[in-house]
Amino acid sequence: MLTPVDGARSRAVNEELTLALTPADVARLGELARVRLTEEELVHLAPQLDVILASVARVTEVAGADVPPTSHALPLTNVFRDDVVTESLPAEAVLAGAPSVEDGRFRVPRILTEDA
Amino acid sequence: MSSPVMDFDEALAAYDPVLGLEVHVELNTASKMFCGCSTAFGAEPNTHTCPVCLGLPGSLPVVNAKAIESAIRIGLALNCTIAGWCRFARKNYFYPDMTKDFQISQYDEPIAFDGYVDLDVDGETFRIEIERAHMEEDAGKLLHLGGSTGRIGDAEYSLLDYNRAGTPLIEIVTKTIHGTGAKAPQVAKAYVSFLRDLMVSLGVSDARMEQASLRCDANVSIMPKGTTTLGLRTETKNVNSLRSVERALHHEIRRQAAVLSSGGSVQQETRHWHEDGEYTTPGRLKSDAEDYRYFPEPDLVPVAPSREWVEELRATLPELPNLRKVRLQGDWGFTDLELQDVVNAGALDVIEATVAAGASPQAARKWWLTELARRANEAGVELAELAITPAQVAQVQGLVDAGTVNDKLARQVIEGVLAGEGSPAEVVVARNLAVVSDSGELAAAVDRAIAANPDAAARIRDGHVQAAGALIGAVMKEMRGQADAAAVRELVLAKLA
Repeated sequence: MLTPVDGARSRAVNEELTLALTPADVARLGELARVRLTEEELVHLAPQLDVILASVARVTEVAGADVPPTSHALPLTNVFRDDVVTESLPAEAVLAGAPSVEDGRFRVPRILTEDA
Repeated sequence: MSSPVMDFDEALAAYDPVLGLEVHVELNTASKMFCGCSTAFGAEPNTHTCPVCLGLPGSLPVVNAKAIESAIRIGLALNCTIAGWCRFARKNYFYPDMTKDFQISQYDEPIAFDGYVDLDVDGETFRIEIERAHMEEDAGKLLHLGGSTGRIGDAEYSLLDYNRAGTPLIEIVTKTIHGTGAKAPQVAKAYVSFLRDLMVSLGVSDARMEQASLRCDANVSIMPKGTTTLGLRTETKNVNSLRSVERALHHEIRRQAAVLSSGGSVQQETRHWHEDGEYTTPGRLKSDAEDYRYFPEPDLVPVAPSREWVEELRATLPELPNLRKVRLQGDWGFTDLELQDVVNAGALDVIEATVAAGASPQAARKWWLTELARRANEAGVELAELAITPAQVAQVQGLVDAGTVNDKLARQVIEGVLAGEGSPAEVVVARNLAVVSDSGELAAAVDRAIAANPDAAARIRDGHVQAAGALIGAVMKEMRGQADAAAVRELVLAKLA
């Protein structure tokens, strides 16, 4: 049974998820993912992505308040390795797949921003 | 180009600065955070990489246990709570310094949080609250080429070396720091200096700002006095020395004050510090809310340090640098100024070792801060790198105390030791430096000096004791400095009484 607080929370979640994804939202997602989309694609994709979100929301509804959000399927913690140096790849192998190489380094187009 | 600035005192009369400091510390593990590639500095480009740190498909990261240990020890030293359970997260962004298009970091579950450090700045104590210390991996190194200035904006292309990609980093973030007033730049410098000393004493990092193994991003905003609403802040990057931390904040406070007082508004943005001209220029606007789309890193299971492990690590913490300074000052009876000189000269360790080897604190301080500091400076090395050990310095002082050599001869002894001529005692013998203690030889020299300086001798006989200087000088010259000046003086006065 849901406590009042839990009920309020799940209502809030549902409301958020039932808000339809707009073409502008999809454009923003496209920007973040560096995927350029045409107007037609934005209009076409928005309702499709909405269906996916709604499906995931259904799963969220099934999980009761006693089910914590799960990020990892494995019941493991603290998987560590010792601080020991192992062999790296030879530089030729590393650079073999690079579209452009100069001076043992990957060569990339100019980057516009000042920092990062 | 540099922007208009207001006079610092004037700016502080009208505005209160609010600071926020982010410090990245590169850990000194042998291997990277999530793979076995070496973290050694200065290797040929792209020779310390593998499928994991290059983010090739199918590779799986595994956490370096030593890095977790270092992170927990840093957290404990900063009086933080250590998370009982936390995860790594992917920070997604497009920039070629990471091949994966994301950086493995921590988001809302840092390994350490809610700590503090107390700093003494000119006799006033400031508590800096630590928001969090989290783990992440460093990015690769970019080289911008083709432009006339070597700056990004002018570059035609960039070259990448991924050797550094994946090196473990700890990012330490303060809460907003209020109430520092005109001391804001000094407090920031003291804080970064404290962290640097702390990392070295914990043995977790080289913490060398000039090699970027310790980096500081300085956030500052100003608010009109009497108000409580935070102003928009700027984040200054490229602050690569302790002095720069202080200078950059000093400048940024003055610049923001000039903007506000002329009716403008401060842009929330990243600014770039120019060491040479001491000014900042705007970088990326921050208002364009960065969206890194953090999500839990699926390839790494959570980290859940047991209480026992955390307590074991707590037991390994050394005496913290600021507490050690207070203890040593008490033990040695140094004034604040004397201690400050010692700290600035990086001489705490060598003086402590010299005192432990039997020298008095004042004698140890004298040798390390004068003769030895001069020689280290000439050779361009740290005091500890000089070819003389603290024990040998204590032996030199022992020779002075025993009357075997005077201060002037002691300097020659030090020169001999530094030149590899052996122990202080061996140098004294080899260079024939011992003061002449044969009273007959000394008495004869005094007689000769009296005979050669009849005027001075007559004046001393008349009671003008200060005239003894000329005779003492003559004797010391004849003995080539190898006499105890006090003993010579006594002899001179006795003979002319």
